[in-house]
Amino acid sequence: MEISLKINGKDVKAEVKPNTLLSTFIRENLQLTGTHIGCDTSQCGACAVHLNGDAVKSCAILVAQANGAEITTIEGIANGDELHPMQQAFHENHGLQCGYCTPGMVMSSIKLVENNPNISEEEIRKGLEGNICRCTGYHNIVKSVKQAATVMGG
Amino acid sequence: MPDGGSTGIGASVKRKEDYRFLVGEGNYTDDINRPNQTYTYMLRSSSAHAKFSIDTSKASKANGVVKIFVGTDMEVGSIPCGWQVDSKDGTPMREPAHPPIAKDKVRYVGEIIAVIIAESLEDAKNAAELVDVNYDDIPVIIDMQDALDNSKGLVHDEIDSNVCYDWELGDSEAVDKAISEAAHITSLDIRNNRLIPNAMETRSAIGDYEHATGQYTLYTTSQNPHVIRLLMGAFVLGLPEHKLRVIAPDVGGGFGSKIFHYAEEAIVTWASNKIRRPVKWTSDRSEAFISDAHGRDHVTSVKLALDKDGKFLALKVDTLANMGAYLSTFASSVPTYLYATLLAGTYTTPAIHCNVKSIFTNTVPVDAYRGAGRPEATYLIERIVDKAAREMGISQVEIRRKNFIPVDAFPYQTPVALQYDSGNYNATLDAALKKADYEGFAARKADSAKRGMLRGIGFSTYLEACGIAPSAVVGSLGARAGLFECAEVRVHPTGSVTVFTGSHSHGQGHETTFAQLVSEKLGISTDMVEISHGDTNNIPFGMGTYGSRSLAVGGEAIVKAMDKVIAKAKKIAAHIMEASADDIELNNGNFEIAGTDKSMSLADISLAAYVPHNYPHEELEPGLDEKAFYDPLNFTYPGGCHICEVEINPNTGEVKVEGMTAVDDVGKVINPMIVEGQIHGGLAQGIGQALLENAAYDNNGQLLSGSYMDYAMPRADNFVDFKVGNEVTLCTHNSLGVKGCGEVGAIGSPPAVINAVVDALSELGVDDISMPATSEKVWNAINQAKNKN
Ligand code: FES
Ligand code: FES
Repeated sequence: MEISLKINGKDVKAEVKPNTLLSTFIRENLQLTGTHIGCDTSQCGACAVHLNGDAVKSCAILVAQANGAEITTIEGIANGDELHPMQQAFHENHGLQCGYCTPGMVMSSIKLVENNPNISEEEIRKGLEGNICRCTGYHNIVKSVKQAATVMGG
Repeated sequence: MPDGGSTGIGASVKRKEDYRFLVGEGNYTDDINRPNQTYTYMLRSSSAHAKFSIDTSKASKANGVVKIFVGTDMEVGSIPCGWQVDSKDGTPMREPAHPPIAKDKVRYVGEIIAVIIAESLEDAKNAAELVDVNYDDIPVIIDMQDALDNSKGLVHDEIDSNVCYDWELGDSEAVDKAISEAAHITSLDIRNNRLIPNAMETRSAIGDYEHATGQYTLYTTSQNPHVIRLLMGAFVLGLPEHKLRVIAPDVGGGFGSKIFHYAEEAIVTWASNKIRRPVKWTSDRSEAFISDAHGRDHVTSVKLALDKDGKFLALKVDTLANMGAYLSTFASSVPTYLYATLLAGTYTTPAIHCNVKSIFTNTVPVDAYRGAGRPEATYLIERIVDKAAREMGISQVEIRRKNFIPVDAFPYQTPVALQYDSGNYNATLDAALKKADYEGFAARKADSAKRGMLRGIGFSTYLEACGIAPSAVVGSLGARAGLFECAEVRVHPTGSVTVFTGSHSHGQGHETTFAQLVSEKLGISTDMVEISHGDTNNIPFGMGTYGSRSLAVGGEAIVKAMDKVIAKAKKIAAHIMEASADDIELNNGNFEIAGTDKSMSLADISLAAYVPHNYPHEELEPGLDEKAFYDPLNFTYPGGCHICEVEINPNTGEVKVEGMTAVDDVGKVINPMIVEGQIHGGLAQGIGQALLENAAYDNNGQLLSGSYMDYAMPRADNFVDFKVGNEVTLCTHNSLGVKGCGEVGAIGSPPAVINAVVDALSELGVDDISMPATSEKVWNAINQAKNKN
């Protein structure tokens, strides 16, 4: 089937099999390999992207379901060379180690903060329940999100 | 002020590696695609123990299938174990053959039985459905006690027992004598729960054979590409090093699980020659659960003998250690040399004996996982000390202080082979008590009680041995490799520097920490330094990253190479400035003639080295590029104090971590921000082991916790903010004074957590609870205790 969608501001048209996952499409067809796969049960959040303004797990939906949608991946959130405040906060607070969970963490956290500008530490921890990090113990991720929230206008 | 200004030793320099990860441009193995590549699906055994036959004829004709290989197609060497342990009777360990693809018998669920290579992953998976496998089941051995009874069956029928080795360390006579005379004996049976490492990036490998040159390239998710080249090249495939390149690009966490040489690496490398196309395999998570080496899994009984004042007299330890179905790369060393040698802990216990039987079972191979052996040792020591204190009515703090190795006793020779170089266990304990507000605990407990909650506090004053390791020592203990490290420091013509290191970074931040060493020593900013790692064609040699060895061994190798650079640079400077090399001093990146204002920068000198017009040719070669190998003199011995505070809801059994404090002595700290991050991560894994994680098998050998629905991975809301601090005693045998920080969090914390849970439940008469202390287990313990009372 043919699908068309907008990804990181660019229009994309492609011929795909109906059972293609959005995550597979992003990684394999578009070679946007910043979106990662960490599980096969939709539980780790490494694959999170923005779809029509919401953070979604791209391994949990078919690309067909995203037909016509506007999608942003980790490659699309910086403004040129200027990092998004969330990316910047992760850098400043050592919110990443191996970097594997990072794209999903950053994408999920952006929406957490956008939806709740005065987010508390507890709300951050609850809000990131769907994102697994094995490296950081979450301590510095929580710190990063808190800092980004103040910069993003909380 | 460090020589390198704000980027030298001691500065929390922000990480150089972050940017590519933050913008989604990391380069992990699965991100790599080779032209004309094929995709592989590993068909794995669904039976834990069976003779099997396999028919691939239908599958071979399926859409998109390029080739299917079964065990008998791949006549290569056995996957080797890197460490030989001898039993106490002098016989070598039993070492069964480990073929990359099972031939006629499978021994665990997850073992590879066929390799399906196709034009797409989907084609390969579809073809797998058409493979006909007939299993003729054999009785399954899961429990280690069952394994000791030969009549229950053998995991390997070509060897006569399920015991890999029966090994001991220490003086059993002295221990037995002390126990028979002691005023008090405390006993405990302990299970150190089986864990699944779960690096967030699953394993992946691409084999790429180039016919025209006969060169093989393997891209793989490894912590030690040179080790893989050696093990796979020399032992499995018979490929010489010069024809085999191993690249471990960005790697998404390892925690030990990516040290080992796995079958899939050999399979894709070998197959890429057979089919003359690149062969790619990436594990999915379900596959990772049944094919990545698991960790821990010890069953131990321990006895501690004390005098009437609570002084430790002797420790007796008896352990069964699960090896799984085959010996993984370091499996045999984990419950022996990385475990029994640690049993003195931070205490002066004069007599220690440990017996270890390591056991084959029909489960996934077990090997090193963050801490490897040391968490198991620490857990039993810190649990039994805690239990002894309770039984004798001595406070948890007091019993530890009474038995600490005093500061003036270093270097301290333990009765279990190690010699500790430095430490100050009272200092870390004092600092941790303060940080955890121990004084306020009674008030917090009273407040919890008012709300109907149980509150407890638990301690762990641990020690570990890392920075592995002196080659001569490990060689005499059965290691089949040396454990040095290699570095090359290349000063480029205009003065920037590339360091080639055999250490591999997969989250540890080497690209920053190592650059800080250069900044400090050579007086240039970290921006002028690049750290290169992970490619056997770039790096002269390397033993890789594990056992918290990167800085203490790999970093020290970089220092040694820089020393050579500096010595040569001084000679060049002396020639050009017409002075004696002995009079040249290096200050803030300037090579100065002592007592004058004449100097040259590193860039001036390197330019002269590469454009050698005015140059001491009779004495020196052009260029400024030096290499060093460093083999440490001893292990390093980080230690410290972890304090956990929990609140338990007696109605649900839910354990909430209310406070986690860690004050560690990891020696000199190069980058405090990175060290803290390492400790946070280790703590999370330690708390995860204590409260959440458990790999469970049923009696048929099916893994019950085979996905994130059943295996409880710690999430952000399982934790509170950690309180982390450090107290420094320097390592005395490396020039940096560093000890290592990668594993301390996971080693020290589990007993602190369980001691806190037991403390909370002690008023009900509970004196032990096994890991993980899940709500269900705690609730049951509470109710059993209530019924008893
Ligand atoms: S890969 Fe999508 S949630 Fe794990
Ligand atoms: S940084 Fe490695 S998994 Fe989060």
